[in-house]
Amino acid sequence: MAEFTMPSLGADMDEGTLQEWLVRPGDPVHRGDPVAVVETAKSTIEVECFHTGIMTKLLVEPGTTVPVGTPLALIEASEKSPPARQAPSEGEHAERAAPGDVREPPGALGAAPAPSTLTPRTPDHTEAGPLARRAAESRGVDLGSLHGSGPGGRVTRADVEHAAADRPGTGTPRTRVTPFARRLAAELGVELATVTGTGGNSAIRASDVRRAAPGSPPAVPAPVAGAVPLASSAPSPSGDRTGAMRQAIAALMSRANRDIPHYYLSTTVDMAAATDWLRAHNHRSPVGERLLPVALLLKAAALSAREVPDLNGFWTEDHFTAGDGVHLGVAVSLHGGGLVAPILHHADALPLSELMKVLKDLVTRARAGRLRGSEVSGASITVTNLGDQGAESVFGVIHPPQVALVGFGRVVDRPWAVDGLVGVRPVVTATLSADHRATDGAVGSHYLEAVARLLQHPEHL
Amino acid sequence: MDRADALDMVKEAISSVVPGAEVADLALDGEFREVLEMDSLDFLNFVEALSEMSGVRIDDEDTPRLTTLSASADFLVTHAR
Repeated sequence: MAEFTMPSLGADMDEGTLQEWLVRPGDPVHRGDPVAVVETAKSTIEVECFHTGIMTKLLVEPGTTVPVGTPLALIEASEKSPPARQAPSEGEHAERAAPGDVREPPGALGAAPAPSTLTPRTPDHTEAGPLARRAAESRGVDLGSLHGSGPGGRVTRADVEHAAADRPGTGTPRTRVTPFARRLAAELGVELATVTGTGGNSAIRASDVRRAAPGSPPAVPAPVAGAVPLASSAPSPSGDRTGAMRQAIAALMSRANRDIPHYYLSTTVDMAAATDWLRAHNHRSPVGERLLPVALLLKAAALSAREVPDLNGFWTEDHFTAGDGVHLGVAVSLHGGGLVAPILHHADALPLSELMKVLKDLVTRARAGRLRGSEVSGASITVTNLGDQGAESVFGVIHPPQVALVGFGRVVDRPWAVDGLVGVRPVVTATLSADHRATDGAVGSHYLEAVARLLQHPEHL
Repeated sequence: MDRADALDMVKEAISSVVPGAEVADLALDGEFREVLEMDSLDFLNFVEALSEMSGVRIDDEDTPRLTTLSASADFLVTHAR
């Protein structure tokens, strides 16, 4: 029997609040499936499980705050994977949508797993713009099943609307509801039929119910004190959330400044080649495939980390351990204040178009509070990019246990000498904050030189 | 496309990329990027949404003109077929 425990979702996390279960006892689970929603001081994270098998027992009620490492559920591991997941049949939908909360498995433990009722995770490789995606979400249309009529097979909003209209039984859309959301709806007096689900396959989740609850302001999760068992440890209202976020950042950054002897380097990079290449690329690409300068900067940062591995990894117990790949944390500022740093895994190997797509998705979900556990922990180096409205340079604080933080300021036009002549060129200030315990300035310089060199050949990024 | 339609599209495109934005409160001639703290990714998503809704191709060179609700609506009206 394997335990599913409260994961550590970053160096700054000591405890987390189990907000919602996404599975029920008896459900088959696969390694990598999101099974629970955990709220930390900084964000709300969908947590994946590390085992494949049957979820046999949920040990912790939603609303409970427990320390990292506390067992949350038991999974009976299976030798071989449960049957491949398929789209659930009508009957299974009805069964799954039946009233009632967390139930015991239908058969005795060890009985053959029931045919999977989990939603197949939609592979996110369908080309569709934000409008089409939003329309698909609100109408419960699976983007992967559509043939796009837009340029390059791109799914447009019209495609989604046609699909929604053509679907049999449109009048009574199937509703999928997570158990916690169902209970919350009952307690708050929310009619589920009026709620738009934002979960996988438009499943209605607790946060959707809270948003639909009478008197709750749109898009701001209302406090749920009293709505869940153990109300004293229920997730905090959004006002406290900002405070909690500040405290988490304060604790981590204070620790970083106390423990890490930082050294700082800076270099100015000519961005003429990169911006010219970008302009030409964007001119010939449909709007959905356009790139921003940040894509080039992140890719150059990742490739340089591969080239200078001493900066890519972790300082723990008085020694450096190299990362097992370049997992680039990207600092994302949240609109309500605060920061999260979701991760571009193996960013050095991602083609620019893919990197851009993953980045858009991560940033959107980071701001909507919908990241997964694997997307927030384990970065081997972090980049902070101020974008086109920020300052010219940034010297960041390293995110422990990492040993380096790369900063990019705004791309600005400046006088610049080329071949003995002064001209106006777009330039960017690239900076490095690095841990002097792990490396010296020579290594750091090597890194920034690599970044500057790579950005002169954007076509090879 | 008349200007009222264009304005509605601009507003809808903004709401689709900045959830919770009080689009109704935006001044017609206010710089919405600043008001809503939209970064370059948000803005790219806005351009993508607007282009998709209106069928108007919006090149990178055009985007500096999309600063206010009015200017964006004017751009759509001028470039719609």
